[in-house]
Amino acid sequence: MTASPSEMMTIAAARALKDEDVCFVGIGAPSAACNLARLTHSPGITLIYESGTIGTAPDVLPLSIGDGELCETAVTTVSVPEMFRYWLQGGRISVGFLGAAQLDPFGNINTTVIGDYHHPKVRLPGGGGAPEIATSCGEIFITMIQSKRGMVEKIDFFTSFGHGRGGNHRRELGITTKGPSLLVTDLAVWKPHAATKAFEVVSLHPGVTRDQVEETCSWRVRYAADVGETPPPTALELDTLRDLKARTDKAHRGS
Amino acid sequence: MAKFQSLKDALAENLNDGDVAAFEGFTHLIPFAAAHEAIRQGFKNLTLIRMTPDLIYDQMVGMGMAKKLVFSYVGNPGAGLLLRVRDAIEKGWPNAVEIEEHSHAGMANAYEAGAAGLPCAMFRGYKGAGLKEANPNIRSLTCPFSGEELAAIPALKPDVTFIHAQKANRDGDVLVEGIIGIQKEAVLAARRAVVTVEEVVDDFAGLHPNACVLPRWTVTAIAEVPGGANPSYAHGYYGRDNAGYLKWNDIAADRERFSAWIEENVLAVGPEVFAARVASLRKARP
Repeated sequence: MTASPSEMMTIAAARALKDEDVCFVGIGAPSAACNLARLTHSPGITLIYESGTIGTAPDVLPLSIGDGELCETAVTTVSVPEMFRYWLQGGRISVGFLGAAQLDPFGNINTTVIGDYHHPKVRLPGGGGAPEIATSCGEIFITMIQSKRGMVEKIDFFTSFGHGRGGNHRRELGITTKGPSLLVTDLAVWKPHAATKAFEVVSLHPGVTRDQVEETCSWRVRYAADVGETPPPTALELDTLRDLKARTDKAHRGS
Repeated sequence: MAKFQSLKDALAENLNDGDVAAFEGFTHLIPFAAAHEAIRQGFKNLTLIRMTPDLIYDQMVGMGMAKKLVFSYVGNPGAGLLLRVRDAIEKGWPNAVEIEEHSHAGMANAYEAGAAGLPCAMFRGYKGAGLKEANPNIRSLTCPFSGEELAAIPALKPDVTFIHAQKANRDGDVLVEGIIGIQKEAVLAARRAVVTVEEVVDDFAGLHPNACVLPRWTVTAIAEVPGGANPSYAHGYYGRDNAGYLKWNDIAADRERFSAWIEENVLAVGPEVFAARVASLRKARP
């Protein structure tokens, strides 16, 4: 069985989550990774969606952050103000898992506009919960498909703050959490350099070359001292992910 | 005190041109039937507040009813962009709209401040975020005890809030269940509140003592509209029409297709069509 690049991305991202994590789940690719972790190596993980559902265990991936199954399977469902005040701002969440439309090498994310904010070329959905997820969760994992348009040296708008200009920029702004500590793409696993905080490749997915990574990224790609190979998917990981996707497609397009 | 009336009368009595209006429901219980009635009655120059404008404001903005939008996520949840809102922001069609953009934490805190009778919301937010420069209503204050700098934004105080809920009893108390979102705060922050419900029951006997209930004297008007949250959903009654949300991208992509859709599905019909729309989305009650 060979995994597609996007399957490899989801599987590699899922592996980063631990059983004891309390994870604030972004919609899309992060949601697939978080639920795959729950269905494989981390059955005890607490998944939280911004609609107020805490400890949810959906059988199919939700289309929105507020699908009914999230509430039906949750340990408890709280109001949205409570979610953002007590649980997120209160520091109860260990990992925030975000996707990105536009990302820079310091983990700053833009999902707001392409072009000028007041006269946008393209108006994107905006931040939703992300601005505070990015600064209130213990650390941030990011997952996205690589592309030259998506991974850029400078983003058009700081929807959510990663490491800013790098180095100690978070501390300078009074942010006490770790910020982006992991980026998983369809080609590689990246981590921030200890001092500069710029993402560098720590492992390439099986069969992926450095050229492929560089051809799909607009910033100058940096590599860790010892770049490894991401372990290939196990049969359990791939089967579980494919079953989950099949159930999900059937559920959302079925009516 | 809650007045039971038709949706048509509830809208005519409680919404005015130029109002600041919130049609709330966080993915769940979105008051589509009320919005469609507002479209039929042709209100103009509204300031529309919603955390996630969703299809409901895509439709109202596309019909030229909004002069301003206050929001925190202007996408089609899980399915893409809101192309009518985008057309208004990027190209001014059918009219230019002013925007005031926040984060979810900001909007949630601002509704809560409105409900709490405070002038502004205070929270730890927008650190390093571009919205702070883009939106002059995002400011800061310093905690007098710790010296920490915190974000401050004005409280949200709509002239009128519309929500959908599962049940009202004959006295006019309203029950909200499931993802309760921002329903309670949006009602308590507003001068007037109009609630559409799935059903009116005799009483709330047997209800859990901590259930989310809005007492009758916090609600201005109640209209019974089964299915009134479709294509969003009503927990315990019917599911979200996810296929419908996905289809909306095509409808909203084209001005003429959008106008034809509104003509056929909103202008030419009344609130009674919602019950049939959710028939296939109802699950067997456990």
